[in-house]
Parts: sequence; C-alpha cells; structure tokens
Amino acid sequence: MAKKRRTVEYGRYGYIFIAPFFLVYLIFQFWPLIYTFILSFQDVYKDKYGVMVDNGYSFANFTSVLGLEGGNSYVMQYFGNTAIMWVCNFVPQILLSLLLAVWLTDTKYKLKGSGAYKILIYLPNIITAASVSYLFYSLFGLNGPITLLLKDWGVIGASYNFMDSTAATRGLISFINFWMWYGNTTLLLIAGVLGINPSLFEAADIDGANGFQKFLHVTLPMLKPIMLYVLVTSAIGGLQMYDIPAMFNVKAQGVVGMPDDTSTTMTMYIRRLTSSGSMGRAAAVSVILFIVTLIISLLFFFFMGDREKKPKKAKKGASA
Amino acid sequence: MSTQAVGDLRQRSYSRKILANKIFRTIICILLCLLSILPFYLMIINATRESKAIEAGIAFLPSGNFINNWNALMAKSDGIGITVWGSMLNSAMITIPATILTIYFSTMTAYGVFAYNFKGKKFAWAFIMAIMMVPGQVTIVGFLQFMQNIGLYDNYIPLIIPAIAAPSTVFFMRQYMTGAFSLEIIEAARIDGANEFRTFNTIALPLMRPALATQAIFAFIASWNNLFTPSMLISSTNKSTLPMFVQILRTEQFTTDYGAIYLGLFITVVPIIVVYLILSKYIVAGVALGGVKE
Repeated sequence: MAKKRRTVEYGRYGYIFIAPFFLVYLIFQFWPLIYTFILSFQDVYKDKYGVMVDNGYSFANFTSVLGLEGGNSYVMQYFGNTAIMWVCNFVPQILLSLLLAVWLTDTKYKLKGSGAYKILIYLPNIITAASVSYLFYSLFGLNGPITLLLKDWGVIGASYNFMDSTAATRGLISFINFWMWYGNTTLLLIAGVLGINPSLFEAADIDGANGFQKFLHVTLPMLKPIMLYVLVTSAIGGLQMYDIPAMFNVKAQGVVGMPDDTSTTMTMYIRRLTSSGSMGRAAAVSVILFIVTLIISLLFFFFMGDREKKPKKAKKGASA
Repeated sequence: MSTQAVGDLRQRSYSRKILANKIFRTIICILLCLLSILPFYLMIINATRESKAIEAGIAFLPSGNFINNWNALMAKSDGIGITVWGSMLNSAMITIPATILTIYFSTMTAYGVFAYNFKGKKFAWAFIMAIMMVPGQVTIVGFLQFMQNIGLYDNYIPLIIPAIAAPSTVFFMRQYMTGAFSLEIIEAARIDGANEFRTFNTIALPLMRPALATQAIFAFIASWNNLFTPSMLISSTNKSTLPMFVQILRTEQFTTDYGAIYLGLFITVVPIIVVYLILSKYIVAGVALGGVKE
C-alpha cells in the first residue's frame, strides 16, 4: 500500500522528464507535418512573372504534380528515378553484405584481420555524402582520372562521357549509395549472425549439413527479421535520397538531375518547388512521400507482427 | 596401412581446400578495403597536383602543387564570401550544441519512461516508436514555411533546437537502460535524500556513459554531414555549413580548377577519416549495438 502510494507520488516526475521531448516534437516536427498537409491543399504559387497567385483550397497541387491535368507527371517520373537507383543499390548491397557477414563470422575459415576489414568497409558511411558524391563526380567526369584511365585501357571510347548517359549516371549514383552503405549492412548482419543460437548450427552439423545447407536452412531464416529491418530502413532512406544525386550530375543548383532530368529524385523535386516559391506543390509532393513511407512502415509492422519474438531475440544478440 | 594413407591424402586435400578458400576470401576482402580507400587516395594525390596535370591523366604519386592549390582555394573562397574554415566553424556551431541536446534530452526522455510509472506511459512509448519511422524530409515544407512565419529563416536555431526530439536515440537509450541499469540504485539515491533531477544528473547519466559516447558520435556525424535541411533553411552565404561549402565548390567559379576542388574536398573529408580511425573501435561496435537506427 505504502509502496504504491510512493510510485504514484514519483510518477509526476515521469511527465516532467519526457516533457521536453514531446514539447519540441510537437512544435518542430508534428505541427510542421500537419502544416505540410494544410499547405498541400492551398493552391498558392508564384506564376511565371513571379507574382503570387492564391486560388484557395483545392486538390490542384496534387493534380498538378501528379500530372492529372494533362501535363507531365513529375511525381511518377521522379519516383521512378528514385526507385530505380534505390533497387540498383540495394540488391547488390544485401547480397554482398550477406556473403561478408557469413565470411567474417565463419569459425571454420577464420580470416585474419577481420577487424580491419570491418573498419575499412564501414569507412565510407561516415564521410560527408555531399563530398563523396562530388568526389565521384570529379573522378568520373569528362576529364576525370578514372575516365581517362578507362579510355587509355580502351574500355570506353575516346569521346565517351559518363555524364551524357542516363544508365551511367544512375549506375554511378547507385554505386555510391551501395559503396557507402554495404559496410553498415554487413555490420548489422554480422551482429545478427552472432546472435543466432550456436546449438542450431551444432544440430545442423550433427544432421550432416554442409556449409551452404547451414546457410540456407539456419542462417538465412534466422536473419529474416534483421534483413526485413534493413530492407525497410533502406527503402525509407532511399526514398529521401538527396545529398548524393543533388551533388552528382546536376544543373541549376542541384535540383535538376542530368541528363534530361533522369537522375532527379523526389526530394530534389521538393527542393526545386520550394526554391521557386511553389510551397503548395512542394507540400503535395511531401504528402505523397509521407503516404508511401507510411505504407512501407505498415507493411513492415504487418510482416513483423507474428514474428514479434524473433526480432527481439536478434536484437538482444546484437547488443551482446 | 593403405586406408591410413588414403585418410592422410584426404586430410591433406581437405586442408588444402580450406587454405585455397581462405586465400580467396582474404583477396576479396582486401580488394573491398582497397575500394573503400581508393577514391580518397586519388583525392589526396590530386590535391597536390596541378589542374592541367589532373586533366591529362591519373597519377598515384603526389606532386608538388599543394601550396598553389591552397592559395587558389583560399583566394576563390574569399571571393565567394565563405572560406572552408568559416563553413567548418558554422557546422561546429550547429553540430556541437545539437549533439549535446540530442544525447542529454534523449537520455532524459528514456529515463522518464524507464524509471517512473505514470498514466499514459505505454502510449508515450508507443508514440516514440511510431514516429521513429517518419523521416524529417516529409515535414520539411511545413517546417520551412513555419520558420519563415516566425522569423527564424536563415537562423541556426531551427537546426539546433529540434535535436531535443530524437526518437531513435531515445529508443537506443531505453534499450541500453533495460540491460545495464537497476532501479535499486535510484531507490538508494532517494533514500539518501537526493531529489529526482540530481539522481538523474549525478547517478543515471554517468552510468550511461558508454551509450552516451556511442550516440554522441552518431548524432554528431548525422548533423555534421547533413546537406538537405541546412540548404533549405539557410540562405546567407556566410552562414553556409561545410556540406553547403562543398555545394559551392561545385559551382562555376571552380569548374576547371581541379586542384583547388580536390583540395577543398580533402579539407572536408580528411579530418573525418582521422577522427574515425581513432574512434573506429567504438564506432564499429556502436553500429551493431544500435541495431535500430535511422
């Protein structure tokens, strides 16, 4: 009885301790989110003479950015660009990370220097993405060292320019993303593999499973929750892709991805709309982005739902 | 005897197979490590070369043009209105307070949920978990307009204060507390007459030191490297952050001055590499620890 009264008495401190977080969240993130929704329905924009036009509330912003009035559907176009570049980075990333995670945790072939490998493959992840992107742009530009080297070797023609090619530009942006993130994914998967109960592997050994069979029937199923987590965070992060494409093959201060607008992402489009004063349309694109993100998150929770226990186990392993 | 020999042979071919496999794996790992370093290596080399030479071909050994590139970079950035050092200082002015706010208030929030029982605690925690997935980019338009409305556009405050609400850091701190924290210590402090805030500041915070260090590093990196938010909210050139300076390096003023460009990139990248190599042990361990991070 006395104990209960005491917890109630202390309980109010709980509110005080969490108050700053919620206060700041409500003002600086929640209200801006609501405000973004409000703005997305306000048909306010700067016309081509720079005069503000206010047409009141409507769906005009959405129909405009989706191209439902007949014009170009920029949202679909840039969503496509973003999705292509994300997929081309994620598929090789998860495959290589899986391979490395298995290799670096393999007790049969203990690789020397695995600590150094981890440090070096993670290195690109913490470097300023803007600098990394511009560095790659310089290396692969018309007179860039790598371009010249490939020309000397005869891999590409003497007049070839990576930056004139849609496939090369998208491929390089995907590669930068891949290069920056596979180390991070590998470290997460290593933690996942180390979290698997060793008795499962022993049991598989007794049953006479070979290395590949153990990977297929023990490692892979046990890594599913972590891989799902990696997939979802990467997909959500990939949708917001900005720093790398905006510093790569661009014109007009990083809001138009060359060539021919084929490397422009959703967030570059938002930036372009805000800098031209079309806040309503920028807000509409943000709302669409928010809805897509929400769908991905909900799918994640839906798939994790009946596996609630497994990810916890994996996470515990990760922190061990 | 013959079975013995066959067994030996089998053993030998088996261990040879292991060795071959091991060599193959080591080569792949070393190649990947070289791939991580090569772009930065070329950047460092090119920072010491003349623009003309850079345009003529690749080189793997440094040249003697570092000082000239340095002077060119400094002269040009002076003309633009922001130097690389100025932008570094600006970044520090945002990143250091933001990092401190993130780790202090995240720990505080996690402690509030961890150490106390109150009505709505479950809801508060579920809310924090739910908003972890909402990326800042989707609220940026409303945020930008809101800041313009209240006169905080082109000001560092909107880049610093929101750091107080960092859901993924709160989540991490809470996870850490469940593993490495007993409520009995708090009980003992209460019996000794310490008030709740003192208990938090003098007992809970020091106990959280390893987690604070890890999260401080990641919060610092995220804020230091961010290009999107500052480039939306800051308009004055002299307030540019370091990633915004890189964006300036990308403009016409520099286009053919490759030596100066590589040197500019060098200055933005090399300090991070040095700090990373010093702290790499903790950072690499921290990545796996914070399994749930942005």
